[in-house]
Amino acid sequence: MTSELPPLLVMGPPALYSLFQSQNSNKYRFLDAFSSNLPLLQFLQTQQIHPSSVRAILCNPLQPVTADVIRSLPSLGIVVTVSVGSDHIDILECLRRCIHVVTLGTQFTADVADIAVALLIDVHFKISAGDRFARNWGPCKPLASPSGSKLGGKRVGIIGLGRIGGEVAKRLEAFDCTIMYHSRNKNPSVSYTFYSNVVDLASNSDVLVLCCPLTEQTKYIVNKEVMLALGKDGIIVNVGRGALIDEKELVQCLMKGEIRGAGLDVFENEPNVPEELFALDNVVLSPHAAAYTLDCFMDACEHVAKSLDAFFSSKSLIISPIT
Amino acid sequence: MGSISILLVGKVLPYLEQELDKRYNLFRAIDPSQRAAVLRDHASSIRAVVASSSGGPDAALIEALPKLEIVSSFSVGVDRIDLQKCKEKGVRVTNTPDVLTDEVADLTIGLILAVLRRICECDRYVRSGNWKKGDYKLTTKFSGKTLGILGLGRIGAAVAKRAEGFDCSICYYSRNEKPDSKYKYYPSVVELASNCDVLVVACPLTPETHHIINREVINALGPKGVLINIGRGKHVDEPELVSALLEGRLGGAGLDVFEKEPHVPEELFGLENVVLLPHVGSATVETRTAMADLVLDNLEAHFLGKPLLTPLV
Repeated sequence: MTSELPPLLVMGPPALYSLFQSQNSNKYRFLDAFSSNLPLLQFLQTQQIHPSSVRAILCNPLQPVTADVIRSLPSLGIVVTVSVGSDHIDILECLRRCIHVVTLGTQFTADVADIAVALLIDVHFKISAGDRFARNWGPCKPLASPSGSKLGGKRVGIIGLGRIGGEVAKRLEAFDCTIMYHSRNKNPSVSYTFYSNVVDLASNSDVLVLCCPLTEQTKYIVNKEVMLALGKDGIIVNVGRGALIDEKELVQCLMKGEIRGAGLDVFENEPNVPEELFALDNVVLSPHAAAYTLDCFMDACEHVAKSLDAFFSSKSLIISPIT
Repeated sequence: MGSISILLVGKVLPYLEQELDKRYNLFRAIDPSQRAAVLRDHASSIRAVVASSSGGPDAALIEALPKLEIVSSFSVGVDRIDLQKCKEKGVRVTNTPDVLTDEVADLTIGLILAVLRRICECDRYVRSGNWKKGDYKLTTKFSGKTLGILGLGRIGAAVAKRAEGFDCSICYYSRNEKPDSKYKYYPSVVELASNCDVLVVACPLTPETHHIINREVINALGPKGVLINIGRGKHVDEPELVSALLEGRLGGAGLDVFEKEPHVPEELFGLENVVLLPHVGSATVETRTAMADLVLDNLEAHFLGKPLLTPLV
């Protein structure tokens, strides 16, 4: 008899996979599709698993769940993605087949908002630069007094006032910052000033914080014009996606002092980071780690586990809505 | 006013030194070795002393200046000034409260985040090319943590307000419980340390608060606890702190001040769970200029017979 553990096809893989595996080792037969170059059906053969016994997929945006993948698995009933976005999943095919698609909800919202604020304070007060100076590490220059002052009174322009943008706004309001924003649509339930034009937002801001998803419309939403509008005292923080900013232009602006500084958790071609930034004291660089806390991973694992449990035990499934 | 003699005994913003030079007859004894010469020649004419966090008049100096009327400090902390002696001699003392409150509170949150989320370490990780080899490890969430504030004065309250934006719970210790405060009070520092995730030192340095952070408090804070010192280096028993960090008895520390600035214990340099800053709280040009103006305005008010703006004594 083959194992009675239900197979779980893993694609991506999600960063929390090893944690999830360790917590659920007795519950699933894990099939690491991400580790194989073979087409799916051949991979399943090597695992001695019949495609019709695969009912669940665990994935993330690194590896798309295409129509082909879905059609290869006639019993597929649930796809759980460790992400808020679901662009990497053929939603139409899932709808056709009545396959549940579960995404993350708010598990990492606070952590990403925390990093946005952390990067802003660091750039503004030169914390990482000061730490390097104190330890005499790397290309450290004498620590010039930062030209800024307190954050209070600064105008913060949030690009993308979704959950994360909203949490960033809440935190910075406690520092007495003035919040304004640009989004696809004006949000009638907030009192922050709305700008339909990003250049106008930048002209009226001291700080820009990028919290929106990457789409065709938002690619390079922060370009040279926006950066020049933000100006020489301006700071950019990016916790969205690297391609929200024209990275080559950003590097030039930072090197020439067209903007004061930048805090970046994401880059166009991760894990590659433009090396010109390494010699600069007015940038703080983070390795796409905004959601990388143990709390967040544990919450996300719990969410994944509950979703899969409910599915496999055929209880009524509470599905995170796909937007 | 060019004839009024003033003695500068601490390092201050160049702008302040220039203004003092312009407006008064300024003598300098920032280096204690300069003191004897200045006193020999000018002790009987000096009517004011300007101090800072790096130096202030002790009892001996106050005694040696028979015409001393006022000490104006370029700092909010006045631990360098013998306040008791000033009171005895009827010497007024002013400091620079409020102008730096918000900035120091901002920096405090930045320090907490830098330690818990390893911001400086991650920045080093990227700059050294290590990200190409793999992701950085998991760090500790800040939102929702419990913050313990030692000294719920202006700065402590400002830190608390910001931390509430992160859904933190706030508790505090101070000499007396504050009946108007919504935060939870603990009657001892050890109890505060036992019940919080991050402990922020935000009280004045006095003989009572010297080494208020000792081995017992550090152990109570524990292997997951984080100490943030934006007060004075002498609040913390530094050798105890260093050994606790090296041994893992304390989870991490963010330090803007040290016992013997600018000396930073080198054992800390290799630790990824500490963030070290060269006393930058209040260091922005705007804030330091506002502090300087407060020193100048207090001196001017005094010599014009007007009420002092920010008197302590």
